[in-house]
Amino acid sequence: MTPQRHSAHLLGIEGMGPQAIIPFLDLAESYALLSRSRQAPHNVLRGRTLINLFFEDSTRTRTSFEIAGKRLGADVINMTVATSSVNKGETLLDTASTLNAMRCDLLVIRHAQSGAPALLSQKVEASVVNAGDGMHEHPTQALLDALTIRRHLGRLDNLEIAICGDIAHSRVARSNLHLLQAMGSRIRLIGPPTLLPSAFASAKNVTLYHSMEEGLKDADVVMCLRIQRERMGAGLVPSEREYFALFGLDQRRLALAKPGALVMHPGPMNRGVEVASTVADSPQSVISEQVEMGVAVRMAVLDRLLRMRSAA
Amino acid sequence: MNTPHMIAFKNIRLIDPISNRDEKSELVVQNGRITGYNAHEVPKGISVIDGKGAVLCPGLVDMRVSLGEPGAEYRETIESGAQAAVAGGITSMAVLPDTEPAIDTPSLVRLIRQRGQETGLVSLYPYGALTRNCAGQEMAEMGLLKQAGAIAFTDGARSLGDAKQMRNLLAYSRFLKALIVLHPEEPSLARGGCATAGPLAVKLGLPQIPAQAEAMMVARDLCLAEMTGARVHFAHISTSGALDLIRTAKQKGLSVTCDTAPPYFTMTEDAIGDFRTYAKLSPPLRQEKDRAAVQEALADGIIDAVASDHVPADADDKRLPFAQAMAGGTGLVTLLGMTLKAGLPLLDTLRLLTSAPAKLLGIEAGTLSVGAQADLCLFDPDMQWTVRAGRLPGRARNTPFDGVTIKGKVLRTFQSGREVYRDDSLCGKQA
Repeated sequence: MTPQRHSAHLLGIEGMGPQAIIPFLDLAESYALLSRSRQAPHNVLRGRTLINLFFEDSTRTRTSFEIAGKRLGADVINMTVATSSVNKGETLLDTASTLNAMRCDLLVIRHAQSGAPALLSQKVEASVVNAGDGMHEHPTQALLDALTIRRHLGRLDNLEIAICGDIAHSRVARSNLHLLQAMGSRIRLIGPPTLLPSAFASAKNVTLYHSMEEGLKDADVVMCLRIQRERMGAGLVPSEREYFALFGLDQRRLALAKPGALVMHPGPMNRGVEVASTVADSPQSVISEQVEMGVAVRMAVLDRLLRMRSAA
Repeated sequence: MNTPHMIAFKNIRLIDPISNRDEKSELVVQNGRITGYNAHEVPKGISVIDGKGAVLCPGLVDMRVSLGEPGAEYRETIESGAQAAVAGGITSMAVLPDTEPAIDTPSLVRLIRQRGQETGLVSLYPYGALTRNCAGQEMAEMGLLKQAGAIAFTDGARSLGDAKQMRNLLAYSRFLKALIVLHPEEPSLARGGCATAGPLAVKLGLPQIPAQAEAMMVARDLCLAEMTGARVHFAHISTSGALDLIRTAKQKGLSVTCDTAPPYFTMTEDAIGDFRTYAKLSPPLRQEKDRAAVQEALADGIIDAVASDHVPADADDKRLPFAQAMAGGTGLVTLLGMTLKAGLPLLDTLRLLTSAPAKLLGIEAGTLSVGAQADLCLFDPDMQWTVRAGRLPGRARNTPFDGVTIKGKVLRTFQSGREVYRDDSLCGKQA
């Protein structure tokens, strides 16, 4: 019921232009360097409270936000569904009211339902960061992917980006699509028709492929997405071995992309299903760097949201 | 709200679709029934209502209404639903049986009829369950339900996946001459979905229902209707694919009919952007080409009636992430005004809302013939007003039309010649 005043949220990439995106990347770049030299400024978020509200299991994203918050000096509290009152029948909005009353400054939420962070943001004064909602968006993942690409290729425009795998169920694919479109790159979406909604064909600068060989040709970046085991049981893909045979990223297919093309994966990886170990561990792989940039990007997001809030 | 012995309506534009009348006229009501059209012959001293040029038409007949009673009275009761109905000019409504408990026994049918009478506002016609508990398994006691007063049979918003079972239900219904009202949506294709498949649902990351799920079920049930000779009626048709099939079936002479509801010809799926749960309906809102097809089918007569498809929901049902929120919107108060937006001639619009649904249900309503029960709606077709969620009569607030400006306002509603609604906002201006 409390109308949020001066709240700045990061609910999704959709609608953000280069002017909104680039400042996050620039600040994250500097935080990456400071983190490497162990000089992260612990006073930036001192006295601020960050709550990680995770309705879905995620060790890596939660840990990344936790480290980001702590590196800037925030008090970080992790709430997971297993121990919270959500299991006792409390609604999402009641949980929001409760946390709001505790006067937290930043609320990082992951939820299995698309739109849940947007709903929550209507009810709290804290800045809400979407850490992944259903099949909708995962904005910090798109920002960290963009930062990783920019560090290696020097730009985010006029690139050929291939995103391979389970596009249909992927919030990572959607956020990356919005971001890379906004920055002026072209996106190839590659996957079997059951995992690649034809509706994406109407999006600007997007081409759909059902063949890795065609889609990877001369790509600057190859992003693999995790394929969930339950997709096999749901009748969307016949088997892991068929999936790897037709859509797995191996050395032979990677060779069709531009020389030195980046290999990316949001993790956790299924080695031998969507990506061959030889590729994941190759010099072209920037998967570990994505994780490192994840912390830097989240530091930048937390910092900027609070600054935007106090400036408003 | 006394019951005058005799009322004379003067200075009205009388529209009676069943007789194709649309003319300046008068109307006389005696002992709750229409007795003539010449108010000069009436004795002095009786009540005279000056319509000031407004339209007087039969009270609307709404053939698809969900009320929370029994089982979910926090959403809407028969009483609060009846208040919303008369504010929308509705004097007869058929209520769905998928309540808690479902209306699947003769005593429950009688209960609903009695509760309707107790409101003293509207004529309430209960649908009987097609299957026990509307669960889609065993056949309900259609014959006994019909004897108790069930107007037609349906499982509400549930569609039956098993073709053989549907064939048996339709075959059985035939000797009862019962109308079977279906929610056409292929259930396995629609399972878990909440938005029409397409770029918007993909962008929002919402589980999808292909628009074809409707046509697919219509196709199957048309085949079964042809096999069995049953009277099949498809509710809230929302896609061009389904309309094409129904058009062809009508041309072949099948006894098939259909209705739609205002959201499907006045709105598109764009309304669910930003996860707006008040626009989450079942079937889900469609893309523009389907909306246009529904509007066209209203004009060319393929759609037989317009119903409100009123589904009351409480704040707790709607203030949830989109996929978890309850589907449905209120529609009683806005039925007439939103249907006028289809832009049809007034006579045709009112036919879809009065005599046509009355004929489908086989009820004596929706007419201004001499001798008919004086269920009347007096409305100003030019008066504008804006829909505000939470400010409409009725308990539920979940109108999908929040903020929409409507041209056409109900001024007074009469049931059996008794005034059951008067627009309070007009007392100063009109009188």
